[in-house]
Amino acid sequence: MSTSPDPGFQVRLYRQPVPRFWWARRRSYLLFILRELSSLAVGWFIANLLVLVYAVGQGDSAYQRFLDYSANPFVIAVNLVALAFVVLHAVTFFQAVPQTTVVRLRGRRVPAGLLAAPIFGGWLVVSAFLIWLVVLA
Amino acid sequence: MEDITLRVARYRPEQESKPTFDEYEVPLREDWAVLDGLNYVKDQLDGTLSYRWSCRMGICGSCGMTVNGEPVLTCAAFLTDFAPGPVRIEPLRNFPVVRDLVIEMTDFMHKLGRVKPWIIEDPQAPPEGEHGEYLQTPEEMEEYHQYSMCINCMLCYSACPVYGLDQSFVGPAAIALAQRYNLDSRDDGNRQRLTVLSEPDGVWGCTFVGECTKACPKGVDPAGAIQRYKVTAATEAAKSLLLPRAAGA
Repeated sequence: MSTSPDPGFQVRLYRQPVPRFWWARRRSYLLFILRELSSLAVGWFIANLLVLVYAVGQGDSAYQRFLDYSANPFVIAVNLVALAFVVLHAVTFFQAVPQTTVVRLRGRRVPAGLLAAPIFGGWLVVSAFLIWLVVLA
Repeated sequence: MEDITLRVARYRPEQESKPTFDEYEVPLREDWAVLDGLNYVKDQLDGTLSYRWSCRMGICGSCGMTVNGEPVLTCAAFLTDFAPGPVRIEPLRNFPVVRDLVIEMTDFMHKLGRVKPWIIEDPQAPPEGEHGEYLQTPEEMEEYHQYSMCINCMLCYSACPVYGLDQSFVGPAAIALAQRYNLDSRDDGNRQRLTVLSEPDGVWGCTFVGECTKACPKGVDPAGAIQRYKVTAATEAAKSLLLPRAAGA
């Protein structure tokens, strides 16, 4: 009996398909896709800011037009959705910092919590200052 | 004794074009892992079932499968955790299936070789120890120790949607193992690995889903290794742009 493989024998591999909605099958995949999408919201706010700066440069009437446009309920709704995405963007970005950055103090790796805490703290302080500056002051 | 049902993916290329499921009743013993259940099937119920295993203690990296949708080492996943069942057992995702639960791993083996996961000596800096050995402090070992725990089980590739969608991605374990040697004080192979790791299919293919790290049974954190190497690759690219002569040195 020959032990050599049949020359006509070919392994017929089964290629496992990746479902179109693979990202909907797992919470972590869905969160990842939302995080990727959040970059669109960041872009939206940057464009908004540039338009605001341009309007301010153009004078009173252009600035007033920008304010009227911003008061449109549809624009407010879009901005609220974009804000939610930007918060997701910031939180996931800050959470990733300890995993991507290794800081050593006296030869020991600084624990993840200690690395992330000042970033979240700084974010809170800056946000509180901006709310005071724009809304309260 | 109570039984538990295993729903096992079967693929017999000589008789079917895509996988089907067979069900087997196995004893639900407290000390049995999913792998013990499969061994019971093979020994007592159906000798035609094919799967890989070896050490039964989480070090050989052979018995990775998809259990109830999660990539796990079947020797480290207990049947009682899936009670009352049924337990769905499939081959690792993102790899072609040879038969039943056996996947084809040539692609991974090829990628592993490309990143040169071994110590590359610097010919200018021979070993310094009294007996011609490389000396290393515990702090220097700590730098790479975590990455050296990789057992090549490929669970991280199975968890990675980037690899599932684009098989040219070098992938989590190979990059983590490249870092294991890059961060080793005895190694001088950084520049040789840079060419593989810094290409578009290298670290830049990773979108930091982070599932590789969650799937890893040995605590390696490939996602962290990849993001850290992105900083290295970007620094090297900036250096070669700004100081083209010095970059090759």
